Amino acid sequence: MHFLKLVLRNALRHKLRTGLTVTGLVVATLAFGLLQTVIHAWYAGADVASSSRLVTRHAISLTFQLPVSYINKIRAIDGVKGVTWSNWFGGIYQDRKNFFPQFAVDVKSFMPLYPELSLPEEQKAAFLRDRRGAIIGTKLAETYGFKVGDVIPLQGTIYPGTWEFVVRGIFKYRGANVSADLSNMYFHWDYLNEVLKKTVPRRADLAGVFISEVERPELVGAVAAAIDREFRNSLAETLTETEKAFQLSFVSMSEQIIAVIRVVSFVVIVIIFAVMANTMAMSARERLSEYATLKALGFGPGYIAALICGESLAIALLGGGIGMALTWPAVAGFGELVSRVFPIIRVPSDTYAWQLGCAVAVGLGAAVIPSLRAGSVNIVEGLRRIG
Amino acid sequence: MTSAAIVEIRHLTKSYRRGEQVVPVLTDINFDIPEGEFVALMGPSGSGKSTLLNLIAGIDKPDTGALRVGGVDITALTEAELADWRAAHVGFIFQFYNLMPVLTAFENVELPLLLTSLSRGERRDRVEMTLGLVGLADRMEHYPSELSGGQQQRVAIARAIITDPTILVADEPTGDLDRHSAGEVLALMGRLNSELGKTIIMVTHDPHSAERARVIRHLEKGELQL
Repeated sequence: MHFLKLVLRNALRHKLRTGLTVTGLVVATLAFGLLQTVIHAWYAGADVASSSRLVTRHAISLTFQLPVSYINKIRAIDGVKGVTWSNWFGGIYQDRKNFFPQFAVDVKSFMPLYPELSLPEEQKAAFLRDRRGAIIGTKLAETYGFKVGDVIPLQGTIYPGTWEFVVRGIFKYRGANVSADLSNMYFHWDYLNEVLKKTVPRRADLAGVFISEVERPELVGAVAAAIDREFRNSLAETLTETEKAFQLSFVSMSEQIIAVIRVVSFVVIVIIFAVMANTMAMSARERLSEYATLKALGFGPGYIAALICGESLAIALLGGGIGMALTWPAVAGFGELVSRVFPIIRVPSDTYAWQLGCAVAVGLGAAVIPSLRAGSVNIVEGLRRIG
Repeated sequence: MTSAAIVEIRHLTKSYRRGEQVVPVLTDINFDIPEGEFVALMGPSGSGKSTLLNLIAGIDKPDTGALRVGGVDITALTEAELADWRAAHVGFIFQFYNLMPVLTAFENVELPLLLTSLSRGERRDRVEMTLGLVGLADRMEHYPSELSGGQQQRVAIARAIITDPTILVADEPTGDLDRHSAGEVLALMGRLNSELGKTIIMVTHDPHSAERARVIRHLEKGELQL
């Protein structure tokens, strides 16, 4: 009790110094949390990818498309339970900045392959009936205020012209998968293909990617190899990978940026460690005569080291704790600003653990040298120091 | 009043190293202090009186010689043993009081008792009694900054005697006090010696303060004068 009293009163002895150090710790913890959240958001798509789904694309690049007729050969491969296909549409809603992902999908085969998509049965039936129909995620609906029955006009970029889609359903993800992206829009590939047949026939009957579901997750390797083997030496060779690997291939394009963000997040901690170490060094130096007095009274170096470590830890945990408490609201606010870039942004639970771990490490690390110095202070020398 | 020697010093020497140079501070000191004595060590600056006091208190170590306090050869103790020995046998009174500024008078006096096995209640009783003894029963919850210099030194005296130590060492206890406060502190130390039989060794360069002691010894250039 006495020890804790001494630790806490010492921590609050220089209110301005402690206040500034705590402020620095709050900012550093918050910045660390935000940067880690951004990194997590980058990988969010890959995190929710199914382990039993494969994505097959053109071997050269995703910008090249595959004949839709490939589906029959893929379906015939052993271990394939179901296949569907989709095309990236890339339309603009009113303005370029209003970005959200749109996919033309073969609705009949797509819906069974994605059982996690949840929407009322009547909306699902309406979507299946209407070739201009589309379903959108709840987040997209909230962002632009779309309701069932609304028409979404999109200006085509890959597929020129103005396209109009009628919202027939609003979906969410089954279960508590908070990482899932609910800003997607899916519509009928048939509608796209029919228009292309009339306007640009050479671009019709092509699929961007095929998505296969394998019977068991352990078969993904063998099935992926079998699919690629099937189309080897054809005009459009394929590259098949897991859904997660496919998602990560997008992330890998910006891997260096992520690496920089990751490094910066830890540099912030190193900087605050230096600030904290300086604070503790100053405090311990000013109190050398007090530590010498304690030693003269019979207290050992361990007690003095514990006093300094306790004070440092108390300051670090106070700053770190406030920073942690502010992380969630800060991410919520930040998420609103960057929702088009990062549709899924939330604080991963391990970020809190990292923040706490960093606060403890900074607190203890900053106290090491001052503790050693104060613990080993010569009593006579220490007593000569005044104030 | 006086009895067997509580402090026995034989052929004690101490020197400090200043760069390459070795500066002798104490030379062949031989000195006994009987139990219950009030000794004043006097001498000019640099005479070695504070060094001798530090050696007796076990916060510094001699180069050679023997030093026994209460029958214990403290020169043979390790740092950890010395710390335990000091906690049990030495009460310190410093010139600048050396109180913990973040602790109240009560908590400062209680500090040495944390190294004992006394219960919280026993500690409280003892602290209250001791602060009453030094006339500060009504200042227990005050912080050092809220007390005068004389009051702070009385708190420091209470802290020094709380564990009922074998010896009290005081280094210029009135050096930072006005005449009135100094008189009060010296009177209190006199009472501790005469009424409670405390052995007190006080370093001072003030002849008025030294007059309160029953024995005055002079140090000159590291040598004890006869």
